[in-house]
Amino acid sequence: MTDIGETATPAPSAPSPGAAFGRAIRSFALLRESGAGMVGVGLIALWVFVALFAPLVAPFDPNATLQPFAKPGTVYAQGGTFWLGTDHIGRDILSRIIWGSRAVLFYAPLATASAYLVGILMGLAAGYFRGKMDEFLSFIANVILSFPVLVLYILVIATIGASGINIVIAITFASAPGIMRIVRGLVLDLRNRDYVAAAQTRGESSWYIMLVEILPNARGPLIVDACLRLGYVIITIGVLGFLGLGLPPPDPDWGGMINETRSMALAFPHMTIFPCIAISSLILGFNMLADGLREIAIRD
Amino acid sequence: MVLFILRRLGTMALTMLVVSLLLFLLLEFTPGNVATKVLGPYSSEEQRNLWLEAHGYFEPLWYRYGTWLGRFVSGDFGDSIRFKVPVADVLWPRLWNTAILGFWTFAVMIPLSLMLGVLAGMREGSLLDRTISVTSIVTTSIPEFASAVFLAALFVFWLGILPGTSTMSGGFDWVQLVLPVMVLVLYDFGYVARMTRASMAEVMTTHYIRTAVLKGLPYRRVILKHALRNALIAPFTVITLQVNWLLSGVIVVEFFFAYKGFGALLLEASLNQDIFLIEACAMVAVFVAASTQTIADVGYTVLNPRIRFA
Repeated sequence: MTDIGETATPAPSAPSPGAAFGRAIRSFALLRESGAGMVGVGLIALWVFVALFAPLVAPFDPNATLQPFAKPGTVYAQGGTFWLGTDHIGRDILSRIIWGSRAVLFYAPLATASAYLVGILMGLAAGYFRGKMDEFLSFIANVILSFPVLVLYILVIATIGASGINIVIAITFASAPGIMRIVRGLVLDLRNRDYVAAAQTRGESSWYIMLVEILPNARGPLIVDACLRLGYVIITIGVLGFLGLGLPPPDPDWGGMINETRSMALAFPHMTIFPCIAISSLILGFNMLADGLREIAIRD
Repeated sequence: MVLFILRRLGTMALTMLVVSLLLFLLLEFTPGNVATKVLGPYSSEEQRNLWLEAHGYFEPLWYRYGTWLGRFVSGDFGDSIRFKVPVADVLWPRLWNTAILGFWTFAVMIPLSLMLGVLAGMREGSLLDRTISVTSIVTTSIPEFASAVFLAALFVFWLGILPGTSTMSGGFDWVQLVLPVMVLVLYDFGYVARMTRASMAEVMTTHYIRTAVLKGLPYRRVILKHALRNALIAPFTVITLQVNWLLSGVIVVEFFFAYKGFGALLLEASLNQDIFLIEACAMVAVFVAASTQTIADVGYTVLNPRIRFA
């Protein structure tokens, strides 16, 4: 990676961005045959659209206190309708769900990407160098994995405090070992291929071989896993919010909305039900997309 | 075999040691907060320092850790800061309550998910298979807190046939256990059913099943005698490892329904930086995780004689 002269002649397993884009298009064409996959894409696209255009889609200001305890469909005296009702201090639930989608769709991919960055580097190092390095990294991974994940999140967040960036740190800490195990397994298989031997003979550096020769060939299972993991991360962010360890108020966060109105759930179920539907539908989207991608992977 | 289990025990002890040390270090980051949490936000700096000194917080870290470790090994878990009683007095009753919850969850989930998985895997691609597959994707996509909200709205708010909390304040009550068990089963059964289905579908394509069908055995016998035995090996591992997932789910469910179990205790301990209680809970969690992993591995080799210990 550091020597530009070496990378001037691209290895066959290091495709140009154009070829990668073409393959992505072809994968999408295949995905269209999978009903579940397309439903997943649709659900995710819907929420991405809502998040991007939140200021245009949301009928009210998400933090404005308008009319407390309004039932769904109540018409607001100063214009507009509370389609999903309002919460205990009079904020419009639909607008809060719409604005809350931004938080989820920002932090969940960020946390997943961060966990993948750490997990992939650990897995590549463990699988490629083997020996002491592998034993050391695998032991760390086993220690972290021997712990129920949620316990780990709670302990880390309760100690370092609840904020967006701390959630990302906690998720990275707890998910990287699982990703490392998958990557390590794939690398142990791929490191004996001829193209790796060829690169070693050419005198490429270890990290060049790992990142340019091995990693692109391990992408298939990793993409499916990333989709599933994104779903789990959304659950995690929701659970942390629900336990009161999520993003700090007043900005809307789906898990936090459920936590705030939980005590009133039996009298005013609309306050908790709609955020729950929102988060479940987004997770369902990622799980169905993962299912569709897995179908394609099996067929290839 | 004995050597294998002994090695696992050794790894478990080492893991416990590392985890307990890491927790001590983690909690070391915010030392002042503990006193504030115990004495309240209006306590003076002097009061907090007195409390910290009385509870040995000014001793060096290695000394406190060593003392704790020595006592822990000899069975003394220390005192809980939050509950102001010995840790063991709160830990064991809470653990017992969670064991009851876990037992019923498994008692409902295992037969249900195995049956659905086998039915779906028997005829891959059939309408029943597709229905079961889609249902399991949907149920595993609904986080426990969301299904708790949905089920509570349905059974408590609209139908009014079940209680919304499970505090068990008036003694043990079966009715209060229904919703927590339902929520846990709903989230967990889909995964096990999918694994069972995949395993069953794979077995159905093998040569020995084709032979059994072709030699004219009744379909019932092919399924019961030939397919099931082999198809249930993989789900066994999945189910044992599910114990770990359950421990996470239990935290949410116990918090939601105010059930006095291990999960709620762990949450409360973490939020209050109750160090000895956290350590004891963590050791229980590691013990449960490590022992289920070992049971899964040993059971797998018993069920599948093709695998032997290296």
